[in-house]
Amino acid sequence: MRWSKILTLVIIVLVVISVGLTAAAPLSIFKNIKWLPWGKDIVLGLDLRGGVHVVLEAKDTATSKVTEDTMKKAVAVLENRINQTGVTEPVIQRQGDRRIIVELAGIKDPDKAVIDMIKPAFLEFKTQDGQTIVTGADLKDAIEGRDPTSGQVEVNLTFTAEGTRKFAQATTANVHKPIGIYLDKQLLQNPVVEEPITNGKARITGYTDLEEAHKVAILLRSGALPVQLDVMEKRTVGPQLGQDSLDRSINAGIVGIIAILVFMLVYYRVPGAVADLALIIYALIVFAIFIGIHATMTLPGIAGFLLSLGIAVDANVVIFERVKEELRFGKSIRSAIDAGFKRGFIAVFDSNVTTLIAAVVLYYFGTSLIRGFAVTLSIGILASMFTAITMTRWMLHLVAGTNLFKSAKNYGA
Amino acid sequence: MFNFVKHRKIWYIISLLVILPGLYSLITRGLNLGIDFTGGNMIELKLGPDITIQQVRETVNELGYGSSRIQQSGNGTYLIRTKELQEDESAKFISNLQAKLHDVKLLRNERVGPVIGRELTMNAIMALLIASVLMLIYITFRFEFKQGVAAIIALLHDVLVVIGVFSLFQIEIDSAFVAAVLTIIGYSINDTIIIFDRIRENMKTRKKGEILEDLVNISLWQTLARSINTVLTVIFVLLALFFLGGTTIKTFVLAMLIGVSSGAYSSIFNASPVWVDLKLMEKANR
Repeated sequence: MRWSKILTLVIIVLVVISVGLTAAAPLSIFKNIKWLPWGKDIVLGLDLRGGVHVVLEAKDTATSKVTEDTMKKAVAVLENRINQTGVTEPVIQRQGDRRIIVELAGIKDPDKAVIDMIKPAFLEFKTQDGQTIVTGADLKDAIEGRDPTSGQVEVNLTFTAEGTRKFAQATTANVHKPIGIYLDKQLLQNPVVEEPITNGKARITGYTDLEEAHKVAILLRSGALPVQLDVMEKRTVGPQLGQDSLDRSINAGIVGIIAILVFMLVYYRVPGAVADLALIIYALIVFAIFIGIHATMTLPGIAGFLLSLGIAVDANVVIFERVKEELRFGKSIRSAIDAGFKRGFIAVFDSNVTTLIAAVVLYYFGTSLIRGFAVTLSIGILASMFTAITMTRWMLHLVAGTNLFKSAKNYGA
Repeated sequence: MFNFVKHRKIWYIISLLVILPGLYSLITRGLNLGIDFTGGNMIELKLGPDITIQQVRETVNELGYGSSRIQQSGNGTYLIRTKELQEDESAKFISNLQAKLHDVKLLRNERVGPVIGRELTMNAIMALLIASVLMLIYITFRFEFKQGVAAIIALLHDVLVVIGVFSLFQIEIDSAFVAAVLTIIGYSINDTIIIFDRIRENMKTRKKGEILEDLVNISLWQTLARSINTVLTVIFVLLALFFLGGTTIKTFVLAMLIGVSSGAYSSIFNASPVWVDLKLMEKANR
């Protein structure tokens, strides 16, 4: 017996157990520690916490053409609009020349949010004979509020210096005549000018509540979209389905992992136990990588992760089968382990590279959800090769070094 | 020791018996394409316990969407597939449903334009071709060209089995199906490579006069335990996902289950025997 090796082994097992427990924190004693469970830092995708993924495409219209400049402006306008609704960590990114991808998570009514998001929000003040006085571009600010005397809900507009000048000029010329307020070519109001307005302020009324006025104010503040945006693809997941998918995946994952652990233990005995330990370490490493690189965990991503467990086990299976063969040739346990790893690893490497090719191609051609799958699968493959050649090998030697299991039978041979 | 390679004609025939009906169905009926390919809206709702599918149908009809396909997807949940709906239109449709069926919860609402659908199909075919070519190059580089060809034949076998079964049973496919097919070829080739690696090694110590068929057969036996065990562990995970996992990835998991099983078969019974045939052909031509 080598007590120092046994001690090392026991320490490893204890560390793995404690890291594993703190990842998910199923114990109530961890409840009051703020940074636990550390697994909570993982970013959940839209399909797991509810939200909407939209692909927008800019269309040329009679009045505006799609250019690099208008696309940049459109993204800026969308960012403004979305940031003001208080959505946390929205994703707004260009794809190709004409497309913009927007992802919003954790909002109450995603479909409604999309409708508001793609509104042109083109504001115009027009005279009776149809001449435009000022537009949304002349606005400095727009804030919702209540009229202090009547209590009616309104959106208060403040014009820029230029806008103030134009507005003053027009109201002076149109005293006792109506001026129409149009939003997206729809007439909102047609108030009659009582006296010239020179302070650069105006207001729109007629809203049922503050929330409605708030939405309009956001649109006006953020400015009009310079191009027409059409929805090419939209995927809305309600929070209920997201939570359900997450719970079910965790359940399925636990059952799948336990099945693998039991199988390995029964079939490969001592090396199986080592492989099980290595598999848990592997899972924790992959988990930590996901958190480290802020990878988004989607439903296909979880599937990719679970399938990568299969690959991780495979690396061990290939190598153990080799070790068993070497033992049958009459080699000592230690040299059998070395020879088995040396020969087995070439096979593992070649076979994993081909799977990696498939994963990379999938990433390149896939939609965002499928990319989540490709990323977890790729990380899984790389991490599994790493744990197989370092962890498993080192621990197997450690176990052999303890002299606790001397018979080749313990290694399944 | 049972000789896998000797009886290879039987394995080829079994493969054909599985593939041909699927291929026939694929040509005559095609695949049941979901909205990811055709474009349209797919709306999943959770309704109150006293609502029947008949009521859902009638209500959808009343609202003027008679051409929609309606299907119960789970306990009190229903899938409604309509033509592509503009944002205002789908909001109105859902609020009308809410007004008529009362207790309505929107689980998901997916809208895909026809352009996206066409792109997906193109990307899927491109991805399959590029992945196959890259793998062929890698295998040629690490092994030999003929083994690359044999491996590609085996993976095409798996792709045909999966697509064939989905066509035969007209199971609806979505974009995740494409991901499944690509993952299957990654897995299937993984199995094949492990066996080829053993053949490569045994070729180095090949004794004079040892028949190629026997050498391959021994290599198959040497890797058999690993082949079976690996497939089993993957199948454990897949079965857990299929029966317990999220409903929206069922298609993906089902395709993977069929593909992984087919991959296990093809890497033992197709890839190496095909390589033996290719090698023998080369000899005969000399």
